[in-house]
Amino acid sequence: MDYWNETYECMSRGEMTRVQNDRLANTVKRIFHNVSYYREKMQKNGVEPSDIKSIDDLRKLPFTYKQDLRDTYPYGLFALPLSEIVRIHVSSGTTGKQTVVGYTMKDIDTWSEAMARALVCAGTDRHSFIQIAYGYGLFTGGLGVHYGAERIGASVIPISGGNTKRQIQIMRDFGTNILACTPSHALSMVEELEEMGVRKEELSIKAGVFGGEPWSENMRNEIEERLGILAIDIYGLSEVIGPGVASECECKCGLHIPEDHFIPEIIDPVTEEILPPGSTGELVFSTITKEGLPLLRYRTRDISSLACDKCDCGRTAVRMSKVSGRTDDMLIIRGVNVFPSQIESVLLEMGETAPHYQLVIDRKDNFDFLEILVEMTPSLFSDEVRELENIENKIRHEIQGTLGISAGVRLVEPKTIERSMGKAKRVIDKRKT
Amino acid sequence: MLVKQISVFLENKSGRLAEVTKSLAAGGIDISALSIADTKDFGILRLIVNDPEKAEKALKNDGFTVSCTNVIAIAVEDRPGGLSEALKVLDDNSIGIEYMYAFVGKTSNKALVILKTEDSEKAIKSLEASGIHVLPSKQVYKL
Repeated sequence: MDYWNETYECMSRGEMTRVQNDRLANTVKRIFHNVSYYREKMQKNGVEPSDIKSIDDLRKLPFTYKQDLRDTYPYGLFALPLSEIVRIHVSSGTTGKQTVVGYTMKDIDTWSEAMARALVCAGTDRHSFIQIAYGYGLFTGGLGVHYGAERIGASVIPISGGNTKRQIQIMRDFGTNILACTPSHALSMVEELEEMGVRKEELSIKAGVFGGEPWSENMRNEIEERLGILAIDIYGLSEVIGPGVASECECKCGLHIPEDHFIPEIIDPVTEEILPPGSTGELVFSTITKEGLPLLRYRTRDISSLACDKCDCGRTAVRMSKVSGRTDDMLIIRGVNVFPSQIESVLLEMGETAPHYQLVIDRKDNFDFLEILVEMTPSLFSDEVRELENIENKIRHEIQGTLGISAGVRLVEPKTIERSMGKAKRVIDKRKT
Repeated sequence: MLVKQISVFLENKSGRLAEVTKSLAAGGIDISALSIADTKDFGILRLIVNDPEKAEKALKNDGFTVSCTNVIAIAVEDRPGGLSEALKVLDDNSIGIEYMYAFVGKTSNKALVILKTEDSEKAIKSLEASGIHVLPSKQVYKL
C-alpha cells in the first residue's frame, strides 16, 4: 500500500484533532484581523477569535456562501496583500456571476500536496504517464492535477480538454497510464475508441481520476469495464482549493479528505444544524492552512455524508460519500424533490443506455411535465419500432418506480444533446415561476 | 440468400431524411428499395443498397445510428393474387412476418418484395419449396 504522506493520511483521530484545533484557531485569528467582511460577520454574532479554541467551536462561526464571494468580487475576501498572490483562478460554476480565487506560493504548495495524495490513491507513482484532459486555464482542473502529478514526479501529458480523437491517439502512442478528465469526457473517449477500432489491449492505461461533475456507480462500472481500468472519483471545488479536496482510494468506499487542510462538516441545508457522522446532508468546508483565500464553513451545496472509521487501505482520513446531488440542482417537479443523478442511475441500471440524457421540464396549465431525452446508442438500436417503444416504456416505468412521478421519454439521435467543456447539459427548465 | 438491409435511426425532425440521402450520395451508394417505419417521435429508415457495408460505414461516419439486418427478397407474379400466394406459404408454415415493403422497380414482369420474417432460414426453405422465387443477395445488390 502506498501513501503520499503517511503521517497525515494515517494519523490517529486524537492527533488529527489536535492538529485541526491549532490550525483552526490560527486561521480564525488571521481572518478576523485581515478580512473586514468576516470580522463584521463575527462581531455581529458576538464571536471573538479567542472563542475558537477547538473544532467543537466551529458551530460558532458564520457560514460562507457563494454569494459572499460574489458580494466581495473580485478580491474582497483575500486575507493577504495582493502582492503575495501568485495565481488567480475562477470558479467553474455554471450559475450566476463568476467568482475569483487567489493562491499564495504556500497555497500552491498545499494544493500540490493534496492533489499528490489523491493521485497516489489512484496508483500514480513517479513512473506513471498521466494524461491531463481537464481544461487548463482559469478553470482549476488542469493546473491543479498538473501540479500534483509533478510533485509526485510523474510524467505529465498536459493535453487539456476536448478533441477526443487526439486524446485517444496520444493515449495509445505515449503509453498513458493515468487519465484525468470528467467522467462524461471519459465515456465519450470510450465511444470514440470503439468507433476508431482501437482495442483496450493496445493501451497502457491503468486508472482514471474522474471528477468535476456528478456520476453514478453504474457509469463507473461502464467506464471500468469498457476501458479495463480502475475508475477513481475525485472531488474538488475552487473555493476550497480546486481538485484534490477529496479522492477515493482503490477501495472505492468514499473519498478521503486531507483534513489536516480542510475540515468537513455535514449540515441540514434548511435548519443549518450540524448532523452526526453518517447522516446525509450538505457538505461544508473550513480551510485551515490556506493563506490567500481562507474560507470558514463554506457551503458547497453538494449532498454527501461522512465516515470516520479507518479505511481498508489503512488511511484514517475521514471519507465523504460520492456526491449524490446538489441542493441547488434539486428540481421540484409536481412537489417531488428530484436530483438529476437519480435519473442517471435509472438509465444506467437499464444496462443498455450510454448516459447521455437531458431533462426538459415545462409547465402547462399549472402542471409540471418532465420529458427525458435519451441519446440512441448502437447497442440500444433495433430496426423494429416495437423494440424501441419497449425501451421507452421500460425507462418510463423505472422512473415512475424510483421517483414516483411520471415522465415522458423520447429517444433522440446521438450527439444531439449539447455538451460544453466536456459536461453534458443535463437540465432545461422551461417553467416560468 | 439473405439480403443485408441497412436500418437508420431518425428523429422526426425536418431535413434528417435529406441528410441520410446526402451521406449516401457522397459515398456513391445506389438505393434500390426503401421504407420508413415511424412513430410520433422517431422513425426507422430501412434501405436496400448496392453496397451495404460501404453504406453502413458512410452513415456511421456521418454520426447516424445504423444497424444491419438480414432480410429476404422475393419476386412474385405481377398480377392479382401474386403476393397472396407467397404469403400463404409463410402462413401455412406458421412463420410470422415482422414487416415487408416493395421494391421501387421490378424485373421482367415480376414484382419484388422485401420480407423480414421470424425464422429467415425456414422461410427461405418453405418459399423455395413452394416455387416462389427467392432472389440471391448478389442479384439484389445489382438491381
